[in-house]
Order: sequence, then C-alpha cells, then structure tokens
Amino acid sequence: MDTRFPSEKAYPFDSESSVGMKTEKIFSMQTLDQIFIIAKKIILGVTGHFLPDWACLLTSILISISAIAVLGPFTMMYLTLLERKVIGRMQNRIGPNRVGKWGLLQPFADGIKMLTKEDIVPLEADKVIHFLAPLFIVMPALLVFAVIPFGRNMTAVDLNVGLLFFIAVSSTTTIAIFMASWSSRNKFSLLGGMRSAAQMISYEIPMVLSVVPVIMMAGSLSTNSIVEAQSRWHGLKWFVFTPWGFLGFIIFFLCAVAECNRSPFDLPEGESEIVAGFHTEYSGMKFALFYMAEFMNSFTLSGLAVTLFLGGWQGPFLPSWIWFFLKTYALIFVMIWFRGTLPRVRVDQLMGLAWKFLLPLTLANLLVTGFWYFTSRPVRIAGSMVLLALAFWILTKLNRDVVPEKRVYHFAE
Amino acid sequence: MEKIFSARDPSALNTETLEINFGPQHPSTHGVFRMNIVCDGETVVSLKPVMGYLHRNHEQIAENMSYAASMPYTDRLDYFNSMSNNFGYSLAVEKLANIEVPERAQYIRVIMAELTRLVNHVSVIGFLLNDLGAFFTPVLYAFREREKILDIFEEVSGARMMCNYFRFGGVKYEIQPHILQRIKEIVKKFPKFLEEFEALLSKNEILCMRCQNVGVLPKELAVSASITGPMLRASGVDYDIRKVDKYSIYGRFKFRIPLGEKGDVYDRYYVRILEMHESLKILDQALKDIPATGELVSKKMAPFLKSPRNFKPPVGEAYGRVEAPKGELGFYVVSDGTPQPWRYHVRAPSFINLTILEDMCLGHKIADVIVILGSVDIVLGEVDH
Amino acid sequence: MIFGSGVLRSMLITLKNFFTSYFKGPEEGGIFTVEYPETRLPEKERFRNFPFLVYDRNPENLRCVACDICAKECPPKCIYIVREFDKEGRPLKRPAVFDIDFTVCMNCGICEEACPFDAIYMDHEFEIAGPERQSRLLYHKDDLLKSNEYFHKIRPTDATAIDQQRREAEEKKKAAAEAAAKAKQPD
Repeated sequence: MDTRFPSEKAYPFDSESSVGMKTEKIFSMQTLDQIFIIAKKIILGVTGHFLPDWACLLTSILISISAIAVLGPFTMMYLTLLERKVIGRMQNRIGPNRVGKWGLLQPFADGIKMLTKEDIVPLEADKVIHFLAPLFIVMPALLVFAVIPFGRNMTAVDLNVGLLFFIAVSSTTTIAIFMASWSSRNKFSLLGGMRSAAQMISYEIPMVLSVVPVIMMAGSLSTNSIVEAQSRWHGLKWFVFTPWGFLGFIIFFLCAVAECNRSPFDLPEGESEIVAGFHTEYSGMKFALFYMAEFMNSFTLSGLAVTLFLGGWQGPFLPSWIWFFLKTYALIFVMIWFRGTLPRVRVDQLMGLAWKFLLPLTLANLLVTGFWYFTSRPVRIAGSMVLLALAFWILTKLNRDVVPEKRVYHFAE
Repeated sequence: MEKIFSARDPSALNTETLEINFGPQHPSTHGVFRMNIVCDGETVVSLKPVMGYLHRNHEQIAENMSYAASMPYTDRLDYFNSMSNNFGYSLAVEKLANIEVPERAQYIRVIMAELTRLVNHVSVIGFLLNDLGAFFTPVLYAFREREKILDIFEEVSGARMMCNYFRFGGVKYEIQPHILQRIKEIVKKFPKFLEEFEALLSKNEILCMRCQNVGVLPKELAVSASITGPMLRASGVDYDIRKVDKYSIYGRFKFRIPLGEKGDVYDRYYVRILEMHESLKILDQALKDIPATGELVSKKMAPFLKSPRNFKPPVGEAYGRVEAPKGELGFYVVSDGTPQPWRYHVRAPSFINLTILEDMCLGHKIADVIVILGSVDIVLGEVDH
Repeated sequence: MIFGSGVLRSMLITLKNFFTSYFKGPEEGGIFTVEYPETRLPEKERFRNFPFLVYDRNPENLRCVACDICAKECPPKCIYIVREFDKEGRPLKRPAVFDIDFTVCMNCGICEEACPFDAIYMDHEFEIAGPERQSRLLYHKDDLLKSNEYFHKIRPTDATAIDQQRREAEEKKKAAAEAAAKAKQPD
C-alpha cells in the first residue's frame, strides 16, 4: 500500500486504520477534521483492490481535481448570491428571494439564463482570440486552487514553491483580460484592457513584496509550511498579530482586491465609465466565465491571505477546514462590504496608490521584518511599531496631494 | 531621454488620439445624452456634447393646445421634480393674465416646491455617487427618503412623479391636515438622514480624491455662460431666484444661500447638501405659518378649471421663473388673446448648464467626465425638451 | 486625522445598515422593500391611472353624452368618440364609440376635470400589462364602463361629493321644471 500512494505517506493514518476509527468513534474531532481525506482513502482503498497501480494514482489525482472543479464553480455561484444578498442588506433591501427559499436557487436560474443566451461575437472581432480569452481567464483561476491548503492535509498539491506558483499563475490573468479587450474591437474594451494591464502589473509588485516578510519568517515558500509556522498558541499565533504581519496583511488584501478587479479598484470593468470594460462585447456563457474567474479569484486570493496571515486552517475547537472557510468567507465579506460602500478610484490615483504609497510601505515593512527577526522580544514590538508608524506618517506627508482638503462654506443671507 | 518621459509634450511620443462615442446608450449618461470625446490615453482632449435624442417638441405642442393642457407636459420636462416645473409655468401664466393666488395655495406651493428640492438633491447626490462607482448604496439610501416624499405627493396630487398639481391661480386639490402632519414628521426626521448620508460620503477619502479640484468652474466663466442653480452657487456667486425675485411668498421666509469656494465637483455636491438643510428651514416655517383654511384657487380662475378652453389671457407676454432644483427654470409665454399661447418657450436649466461641459472636462480623465456630468445634474427630458 | 479614517467611517455606516436591516423596522433603517405582488401599499384615494366611464345602475345608463369635450381637452389626444344616432338619423345623447388608447394616455386627469357631466374618472387599475403591444391597450367603450358603485369603492370621498352635487342639480332642475310647469298652468 505504501508504495502505491507515495505522496500520501506522511498522513497520520492509512486507509485501514481510518476505516476502523470511523466505526469506533465516528463523531470524534479528528475524524470530522479529516473527513474528506478519509473519504478519499476509502474510495482509493476500494478501487485499489481491482485497479492497477497507475490507475489508482490517476484516480487519486482525479478525485482531487474533481473536488476542486466542483468547489470552484460552486463557490462562484454562491458567491454571486452572497454578494447580492449582503449588498442588498447593506442597502436595506432584501436581495434575491424569488427562486427557492431565500433565493437559494437563484445561481442556478442565473446559470440557465446565461447558458441559453445568444452568444454574440462582433463582426470585426478577432474570433479566435475572442473565443480563447474567457477560457484563458478561467484556467489560472482554477489552477491556483491546487496550492491552497483547505484544511489539515487538504492541499491538492503540496508544492515546495506553492506561493510562487500561485502568484505566477494568477498573474497570467492579465494576458487573458488583454486578449479579451483587444480582440473585441471595441474602444471601451480597449480602455478597460489598458487599465487592467497597468493595474494588474502595478499591484503585483506590492503584493509580492508584502508576502516576502511571511516567507522570511516562515522560511519556506510552501503554503503548508507557512500554515505550520503559525501553529503555536493553540493555532492562534497568526502572523497578522505582529506589526509587520498586520501591515503586510492589509497591503496584501488591498492588492488582492485590486488584482481581482473588485471595487473600489474595479476600473477595468468600471461600469459607469467604460460600460463593462474588457467584457463589454461578451454575452452568455463567455460572460459568465469572466464572472466565474473574478469570483474564483476573489475566493482564492482571500484563501491565500488567510493562509499567509490568518493562520490558514489553524484554530481551536472547530475542524480545520471549517476554520479555513470561515476565515475566507470573512475576508470575502469584507470585499463585498467594500463594494457596497466605496466609490471607485481614478486610474491615476490607483497607480499613485500602488507606486507612491504601497510600494514604499512594503519596502519599509521588509526592513521592519528584518529588525523583528534580529532583535529580542521587548525591543522588537515597540521598535517595529514605531518604525512602521514613522514610515506611514512620512508617506502620508509625501502624498499630501490626495489628502482631502478642508472646505469652508459661506452663506449669503 | 527626458523628452520621451515628458507627458506634457504630445510630440515627444508618437501617440494617436482615440475618439470615443460616449452614448447615447451608455450606463451613466443619465439617459440618451451623447458625447464625442477625443482622448489621448485617458485624458480628454476635446469633448462635443450631442443633444436631441429625447427631443419631444415640447414647445410646439404647447403652442397648439390650451394653456392648462400644457401643465401635464411640464411635468415631463424634468421628471424628477414636476412640482417645480408646474410652479414655473403657473407663475408665467399668472403674470400674463394677472391672477392673484390665494394665501393657502401659496403656502402649499412653497411646501411642494421645497419637498421637490429635497427629492431632487438627495437623488442627484445618489446618482453622482453611482457615477463615481459606488454600487448603488447612496442611491438606495436616497431613494428610501425620496419614497416617503413621493408617497406624500401621491396622496396629495394623485401621482408620484407626474404630479400635475398646480393650476393657474392655485392648486388642484386640498391638502388634508394629516398629510401636513406627515410632512412635518418627514421634515423632523430628514436631518438625521442627512447626517447619516454625510457620514457615509462627505469625509470619505476616495470621494474627496475623486471630487476635489475636478471640473473646476471659475466664477467668471459660470456667469458668462449663464449657469444657474447650485452649480453657480458652488462657484461662489450669490444668485438665487428665491432671493432675487422673491416670487410667490419666498420673501417671508428666513433662509440662507450656501456658497461654494472653488466650484469643483465636491463644492457642487456639498452645496446641495447645505441647500437641503436650508430647504428644511423653509419647510419648517411654511408648515408653521400655513393658514388652516382658505380657498385653493382664486375666484377669477375657478370657472376655468372646468373649461380650460375658455381661458383666454389678454394679449401680452410674460416670463415666469422659479429657482428649480437644477437652476433657473423660466417659461416665456406670449398670448394673442386666443385659448392657445402664440409663443411658448422654456428656459431649461439642465440644457444651459450643460453647455459648459467641455470647458470643465478638458484635461481630465474619462472617469472624471462622467463625474462632472453627474455633478451638473441633468435630466434629459429637460435638456432635449 | 489619519488617512483612511473617512473610508472606515463610511464603512461603519453600511455595516450598521447591514445589521439594522435584520433587526429594525423600515423607519429605523430596516428593510423598506414592499414585496409587491404579495404585499401592496395602501391605495391612495387620489391615485390616478387610466380613465374609465361611470354608469348609474346599468351599463345602458351611462353618464357620458358624447359631448366630445374630453377628447378636445385631452393633451395627447388619446380619446376618440363617435356619437350614436337613432334610426331617423337624429343624434342621441350617448356615444356609439368611445375609445381610449392607453399607449398614448399620460394619466394627467384633465378629462376628469373637464367633463361637465361627471362621466369620466380616473381609475386605480394599473395592472394592465399584456403580451401584445397595440390591440390589448386600445380600450373600447365596453372595457371602460364601470359602475358608480365601483367609483364609490375606489374613491369614496369624491364619489359621495359628486353624487351629492348631482342630486342637488337634479332637484334644482326638477324644481325649475315644476316652477315652469306651474308658471305655464295659469295660461
């Protein structure tokens, strides 16, 4: 058996013992924690009796892939509902409530609508690229699910360069967006593409730099090891509770919002300005694919933020995967909350924020992390806080032009 | 090397301008307004407004029917505040035919006009925020309050938006005491809502970044382009027809005119908020002073309610103007003694305020154009009347 | 003020509204949606939509005398009336055709105001949507006829006042006729 699943050797129990455990104490925390792993083991155990080794390996991979392939779109579908519900509540409305109880079937209704819509391709469009762009945008969004640790032992592929893989793959979205915008032959699309290229590339830099302190402290690029590094204090010693982690988390989250084109950084599809940006000329299922990619990106980026700064699946009492989803959905709620509250920033202000504010701040954060690493406890907390506050203050002073003016209004009698 | 990076010099880089056709079908041109924008990158180089997609021949229609029959058409000019439009038109005809308006009707008119101003300002700020990219939250908060006022309108006049409530020499229906009570409640609760609205918006850094020093309209330009309304006052010119003309009974109320400093989008936004506070003051006073009983339509005009065709004003001309929420709304009516006006002309504030759009937009980004357009506060029904 | 505090403040406002939408009534920042087909706002008495023709007792006895005033006063000219003639070709005081094109009508209520015979009034009925564009929305006489009781039901105050007026006018007429008859008798 051991030779069959080389990648799963490190698991705390093999299939036989887990089956035995299941019969003994079915409601134990550990079983609940590992319930998906056990399910997979059982399937593999059953198939292992009559399938050759290579087929078993294939089945193992296929199970992981299909789990992700179901989770991704399903998350996306219900995120649309969640977003509409939450924003509705923020606006004192009810939100979707007609299809199914509390509108729970609304995503399916939307899906059917999307599928049955006419697929329009502009006459002048570059047809091949216009067709490929929605596929290219969904692929990286699904690929990055591979390295997200959904729970204890629940990483599809535990790459030792997982973080790098994530950032590298998700950055290819820019190309897909640019393909979509260029091939549509629409000026609004083109403007959206221009904005998105500038925005994605600019925000990649502070995003990567805000992750570097975590890598420095955890000493690894593997997402699993990063989660393990936050396991002390009963799984509550998250990086976000350190000064550099806190700042890094905020910067990372802001950049993540910008990366998945969500409000207030949704310029590439800024509805009120450039109609729908890069997907102006898409309809039906292709349009739905763009939306799917956007929502899956916001899910995976929130998941990564949780992994890097909020202790991943670590947490007391509850099973690990519940912790992961709780934290991730909390971050997604914040994203929706942003969308329900904030107006959009302008393109030059967006660039200014990335280059003039976030980038220097991340560099300062790197410095502070080094300081934190080499000093002892009493000095490092106060010292790094002071340093960061100083950096923040200097940067706000340097960016005076965006600070709101105080206006005085006179009255004529 | 230096030349390549100097964005100010267009000859340095070999770039081409992009001509974009903004509208008539665009999510945020407030209807069917069209702009031909030539932009360099995202910076606007030239902008040509194209109007007339909603042209409905308003003036010609009015010249071919009785005076009273134009009243419902004025509702449809600026469909956000039909009461103000009614007000302007009835003022013009009352001047023409020399009609006195009874006391109680005057008060009702002022109350309705000020409620309209609240409706208009609160929703225009909401729409401005929508143009800025906030996802409908300010609009829906605004509409929550607007709904209460529209309910009042419905109860008083029979329609929520196309009120058709004013008549020459008065108003159409009696306003019952319980409705007045409800208006009082609205006036009492409105400042609380405005406080929340301001907390949501006024100090928000993103809103300030987007609005301050954008679309600056200098005083001199505003005056020479005959801009009126909150836009003019945001540029710092003290001109409000309620104060200048003291039409109807506005002379009796104490209120102030808020003036902006720079004339940018933020000032236009904030002047509207302050104007709402002043409107509430007027409403407060009007609700206190309104006589409990009294006739609604002057005796002279009462017989013509049943037979509008018999109403023939004496030969002459008159120009009636009101401070509509969007600016000076004027109606110019010439009578030749027949039941139909010989000439009927509307001075539409949205239309005239829009003429200055290019001057405000040049050098700004495309995103700013939308915001500036939103801050002008247009309703296409009025622009293309 | 720290940069970003304004944003945080506005976010608190939306969060507050998020929670009040669950716990508070519409006045205190709760949900103000009216779920339309199930719940409806109370009908306002003065609410006006499309016009209808009033008849007393039975549909034969309609008040309209085909005087054409409403058709002339109607701003968008959506009313079309043809007078009925008897066999000898004499005009009768009733319409043969009374059509209102609801695609054109703009609910202004001027017909109601102008009608000297209290025959046409504005209805509360607004759910007239249909699958066709033209034919369903051209209302003929039979579709427009509604009883005085219906009028009483939707607009009690106005209907009572108008009935009162009509009764008084009738009595006056009767009295005048009697007086005329009395004046005639001595001759």
